[in-house]
Amino acid sequence: MYVRNMENAITVSGLHKSFGRTHALNGLDLQVAVGEVHGFLGPNGAGKSTTIRVLLGLLKADSGTATLLGGDPWKDATTLHRRLAYVPGDVTLWPGLSGGEVIDLLGRLRGGLDPQRRKDLLERFDLDPRKKGRTYSKGNRQKVALVAALASDVELLILDEPTSGLDPLMEGVFRECIEDEKRRGRTVLLSSHILAEVEALCDRVSIIRNGQTVESGTLEQLRHLTRTSIVAELATPIGTIPGVHNLAIDGAKVRFEVDTEKIDDALKHLSHAGVRSLVSHPPTIEELFMRHYQAEPDQTGAER
Amino acid sequence: MTGAWNLVRLILRRDRILLPIWVLLLGALPGTYATSFFELLPDDAARATFAATTASNPSVEAMLGPIYGSSIGAFTAQRVGFLYAIVGLVNLLTVIRHTRTEEDAGRRELVAATAISRHAPLTAVLAVTFAANLLLGLIAAAGLSKTGLPSSGSLLIGLTLAGTGWVFAAIGALVAQLTEGAGAARGLGIAVLGAAFLVKAAGDGAASSVSWASPLAWGQHSRPYEGDQWWVAALFVIVAAVIAVPAYRMAASRDVGAGMVPARLGPAEAAPRLSTPLALAWRLHRGLLAGWTAGFALAGLLFGGAAKAASDVLSSNKEMADLLAKLSGGSSVTDLYLAEIMGVSAIVAAAYGIQAALRMRAEETGLRMEPVLATSVGRIKWAAAHLVFAVLGPAVALAATGLASGLTYGLAVHDLSGQLPRVLGAAVVQLPAVLVLTGITVALFGLAPKLTSAAWGALAVCLFLGQLGALLQLSQGALDISPFTHVPKLPGGTVTATPLITLTAVAAAFLVVGLYAFRRRDVTTG
Ligand SMILES: Nc1ncnc2c1ncn2[C@@H]1O[C@H](COP(=O)(O)OP(=O)(O)OP(=O)(O)O)[C@@H](O)[C@H]1O
Ligand SMILES: [Mg+2]
Repeated sequence: MYVRNMENAITVSGLHKSFGRTHALNGLDLQVAVGEVHGFLGPNGAGKSTTIRVLLGLLKADSGTATLLGGDPWKDATTLHRRLAYVPGDVTLWPGLSGGEVIDLLGRLRGGLDPQRRKDLLERFDLDPRKKGRTYSKGNRQKVALVAALASDVELLILDEPTSGLDPLMEGVFRECIEDEKRRGRTVLLSSHILAEVEALCDRVSIIRNGQTVESGTLEQLRHLTRTSIVAELATPIGTIPGVHNLAIDGAKVRFEVDTEKIDDALKHLSHAGVRSLVSHPPTIEELFMRHYQAEPDQTGAER
Repeated sequence: MTGAWNLVRLILRRDRILLPIWVLLLGALPGTYATSFFELLPDDAARATFAATTASNPSVEAMLGPIYGSSIGAFTAQRVGFLYAIVGLVNLLTVIRHTRTEEDAGRRELVAATAISRHAPLTAVLAVTFAANLLLGLIAAAGLSKTGLPSSGSLLIGLTLAGTGWVFAAIGALVAQLTEGAGAARGLGIAVLGAAFLVKAAGDGAASSVSWASPLAWGQHSRPYEGDQWWVAALFVIVAAVIAVPAYRMAASRDVGAGMVPARLGPAEAAPRLSTPLALAWRLHRGLLAGWTAGFALAGLLFGGAAKAASDVLSSNKEMADLLAKLSGGSSVTDLYLAEIMGVSAIVAAAYGIQAALRMRAEETGLRMEPVLATSVGRIKWAAAHLVFAVLGPAVALAATGLASGLTYGLAVHDLSGQLPRVLGAAVVQLPAVLVLTGITVALFGLAPKLTSAAWGALAVCLFLGQLGALLQLSQGALDISPFTHVPKLPGGTVTATPLITLTAVAAAFLVVGLYAFRRRDVTTG
């Protein structure tokens, strides 16, 4: 059991990194508190893997600061790496080494792994450790990396799309494992495109796009930031409703979207016209992310 | 053969730079040999002397091939000898690159899922190499007859160059089916090529018909310009076809991604020793080390034995033995022969050093370095583990060839205790020059990771300077670029410490610069 303190496990601010003309990171900010499962989301090419590689000391940032477990991810890489485990998005194994050998090797290079937990995890993930690296399927390669990381005794897990390639059953096992890790008090940075997984596991999420953080907070807070869609049938037709979006008036029927904090005003306006029926949809997590994922160049541009 | 044509276009597009370079370059070389011989040996007297001395020196015959006359054509045909091996290598690598490497990268599946026949990928690459070799041969034939050599002999050289290419393209197709993975396919293919080279060298050096066992020897045994044997050209076609048939069968019957040799299960747990970067490097390098060491030892046995045969041939020709002794400043003919062998062994050992050092880059681009560096292994420690093999591997290989050739030669001349240390020393003294090439690879890996394989270019320059520098009458300054120029000619020559120390220092400097740059750079995967 690790002692929780108020310090952040990861603090990143104003991180810049470019590859030639591609600006992969454009002043990215990220805070992950000790003991939380932090979802790291964003569309393809947003810069998630790049951020993770900077945090692992594999890439050197152009500017900005990053602190990992109280150290500098570039300078203190080898000592910090004893305290974390990493699962890459694209797992490739050595063709001639068996899965079991890879698990043990990576665990030992990190400073040891728990044989009991290794055994449990192999069972839970239904993984045959005797196969050679080249004969594993994509999902099974992913499992090898997951077992190697989860069986290690570390404070921080950095997982880059760890469930890509896992079948739904194994994804369920993965969720259980992360729940266990959370109970043990470990910190998890989880990059993922599977929203149900994020919804089920994450205490807080950060959404990034084009190398910048566009939103960060608990899912509740993020929900609050999005719009509810409302369809209503009215007694008398109305001309307009102030402060709503995508308003469509079809005789007595109106449909629109409204920001959470303005629902009350809109409903008051409707009730003046007499409400016959009303259906409201709270934002689904998909809608929430769609809104952040879709490129809105004028929005980010105007905000600056 | 649905889709083969589209795949041909894909290959031509991907190789649009590489393919023209090797076709033009290798096609143009024979003509330049002929031109320089015409300049170097203007009259019959000079030609007769050259034929009786340099050209029929057994060490030259071992490296290049037999000499069948005293015409410029005969000299050119002998000089072309080395090109057969290079044409073979290029074809081998091209076919593996477009079959097995594609499959490993998963791109074959992408192609296989479109509507093409199972044979199309193999057909496409064989069609491309068939045409490329034919073009290369025609360019060579045209270049040779332009210098004034008879056109039928020129065409025969061209056709045998093309034929050698076809046979090794077919061998490439076969090994690509037999093994699991491009690395293993390349290893097996190069081992076959190396064996063919050794058999040719041992046979030709001792004027024995053993060399007929090697496809690399057939071209010269067709006696271009000296009684053209045209049936040999047909031999290439038949043998290439015979090798390609099983490759086709296997390509159709095995699964994409699998080899004909199925993989076995491994241990469920790692042995206690497998817990350091060095232990991992040992697992990744041991096959390479064993293969090269065995190859070097075998080559040493053959060459050591052939050295005695070579000296026997020469001692029957008193006049020539005297001449050679004078030319070489008192060294015996067998010493010259052994020194030549050690020089070539050094180039080959450097190829091993480069290959071993390139493993680092392969680990990086193959995404297998990242998970290790994400553990508490530092970059220098990771690289050092690989460098143990890139540095000590060539040393072990050279020692193996020195011991083996010292053994067979010493036994043949009944002077084991005298010859073994001499020959072993001649092999080991090459090491500093070999390590310069390893160092260049590491420097590139640190400073310009995307260009790491340009180290092969550096080796090609050394090979070019060593094989052709004297013939093309290049200046000493140009020859000095190659580290191998500075190695004392042993056995027989004198050893001075300065060049050895300098070479070692240069190699060390390259290593240090490379490691320093690697520690500071980004991990790149593209
Ligand atoms: N080594 C590199 N060289 C050049 N460009 C790179 C390199 N690595 C990443 N990029 C670019 O940086 C940007 C961010 O890439 P990154 O891999 O971080 O995205 P990601 O958020 O992980 O996307 P995904 O969800 O697809 O995994 C992309 O535009 C990518 O093309
Ligand atoms: Mg990514």
